[in-house]
Amino acid sequence: MLTLVVRRLGLLVVVLFGLSLLLFAWVRALPGDPARALLGEKATPAGIAAINERYGFDQPVWQQYVTYLGRLLRGDFGASINTGQPVVQTFTERFPATIELALAALLLAIAVGIPLGYLAARRRGGWLDHLVVGGSLLGVVVPVFFLAVILKYVLAIELGWFPTSGRQDARIDATHVTNFYVLDGLLTREWDASWDALVHLVLPALALGSIPLAIIVRITRASVLDVLGDDHVRTAQAKGLPRAIISRRHVLRNALLPVSTTLGLQAGALLSGAVLTETVFSINGIGSYLFDAVTQLDYPVLQGFILFIAVVYALVNLVVDVSYGFIDPRVRVS
Amino acid sequence: MTALDALPPTGPGSPDATGEASGEAGAGPWRSAWRRLRRNPAGIVGAVIVVLFVLVAVFAPLLAPYRPATAEWFGQVTPTSVPGPSAEHPLGLDSFGSDLLTQLLYGARSSLVIGVVSTGVGLAAGALLGILAGGIGGKVDTVVMRVVDVLLSIPSLLLAVSVAAILDRGPLAIMLAVAAAQVPIFARLLRASLLAQRGQDYVVALRSLGLRRRRIVVGHMLPNSLGPVLVQATLTLATAVIEVAALSFLGLGDPNPAVAEWGRMLVTAQARLDQAPMLALYPGLAIAVTALGFTLLGEALREALDPRSSR
Repeated sequence: MLTLVVRRLGLLVVVLFGLSLLLFAWVRALPGDPARALLGEKATPAGIAAINERYGFDQPVWQQYVTYLGRLLRGDFGASINTGQPVVQTFTERFPATIELALAALLLAIAVGIPLGYLAARRRGGWLDHLVVGGSLLGVVVPVFFLAVILKYVLAIELGWFPTSGRQDARIDATHVTNFYVLDGLLTREWDASWDALVHLVLPALALGSIPLAIIVRITRASVLDVLGDDHVRTAQAKGLPRAIISRRHVLRNALLPVSTTLGLQAGALLSGAVLTETVFSINGIGSYLFDAVTQLDYPVLQGFILFIAVVYALVNLVVDVSYGFIDPRVRVS
Repeated sequence: MTALDALPPTGPGSPDATGEASGEAGAGPWRSAWRRLRRNPAGIVGAVIVVLFVLVAVFAPLLAPYRPATAEWFGQVTPTSVPGPSAEHPLGLDSFGSDLLTQLLYGARSSLVIGVVSTGVGLAAGALLGILAGGIGGKVDTVVMRVVDVLLSIPSLLLAVSVAAILDRGPLAIMLAVAAAQVPIFARLLRASLLAQRGQDYVVALRSLGLRRRRIVVGHMLPNSLGPVLVQATLTLATAVIEVAALSFLGLGDPNPAVAEWGRMLVTAQARLDQAPMLALYPGLAIAVTALGFTLLGEALREALDPRSSR
């Protein structure tokens, strides 16, 4: 187990190194002079020279890369050219909103998807099965942002059951400790703040949850069907074990392995989807930050952003791989 | 149903059947796949949607009542309302004062062009990497697959945004952006497929006959890998249509906001969601139905080419 973790972390370092090189080369390949882009209409030769000196754009390229790499190693991802704020700081402020949304969506998808997939497989060919198979197809083909817009129109604008945008009602004076709003309310015992944040989270989580839900349902159904046909299940039935125990110990436990694999792969899709969902519901997560950075050619932000996401993504996948060992002891042996 | 299909002597999808006679490269399996495809109702629905979509895209100038993105009737759009259906405009106007039906029809065109080109580029680049990795193997394989791992470690939307940022906004950026996200998928698929065939009898036989590696890979192993690639390409077209819309939804498409793109139409419709929800509904449905068509067709192709997978 430890060797696996060490080896994977080693691989992560290699991948990150390659990525940093790619990112560095990429940013240099961008059209347009960053200093000029920053100053816009007001660009004067003196102003451009000053910016170049300040950010090191005038040094030889390899030297810029060495400086850049050294800073990364110290955990310094640079500062936004536009606001001057350190990238890491803005990230810690905004990332919780995105994580909160993604987690809510994932939990929703797991809570609904696994039981639905299981029931569909158990009653294969029944009405529920057809509904689940058809519904999961819809979940794949209906774009998140369209679903978000529909949910917003029907449930927020027409019916008024949920708020249309934001993370929390502006009238609520909430204390923010972690920037995870739901958690903050619980920590400070401001129950109404927590509840309000939760209500704001429902529609975005429903929309975003449609992506992992469709996949979780499909995989659960397929792998339960697979396991149900296995010899060990037949043996368990022949031994006269109660159905509930067979389901829990022999079917679900085996069937959930492929499901947990796909959960790790969902991290990227969830993140991309979160960016889209954030724009529909005006949530101040990393989505809007990223797009400001793209339109304003904010190099440090873009570089830091992609590296940060790559690390998060790799760590999530590592956690998923390690968790196999607990779900399936056979993995630990090999 | 599929169990009966497997009976005819021309065994479906078996690589050995196509590998030995390079003269009529696998007419058997392809023909029986075509037979199975025609008998799959979901596949037919998918094919009909795809054909309709392509026809609309190609003949948009003939079908559309007006020219796209003209904003000709901008005077009729007020801050509080957008004119609905009328005799001149069957679906009404969009919020820029262009004919909504025309915008939708031309939207199919931009979706098709961007979707097909991006999938084509992604397929070509991914296939090249996959052939290098799976065909040559060894160190080349290791290096290529590390590059693919790095590509895969970036979420596809982020990759797409990066490409769009390099190339500035516009259709070309979106095409390459969507293609970049597809490269690792095709590379892995083709590599896995080639690796699976490496130990098969027909490859061993060809090698013992003294054929060059390039000849074996390009002339024999590659044609046998086309089935999964074709399936993946069809399914990828569905995600491409959605990704294209997502990128233009995020403002990375054509700089002109009145342009006839489904994603962009959806984003501008948001501002008037309470007055004219139809402005969001039509383009959204268009995206979903198109993606559904490609998905159904792709799944049906998968079942037709590999009957075992449908079980």
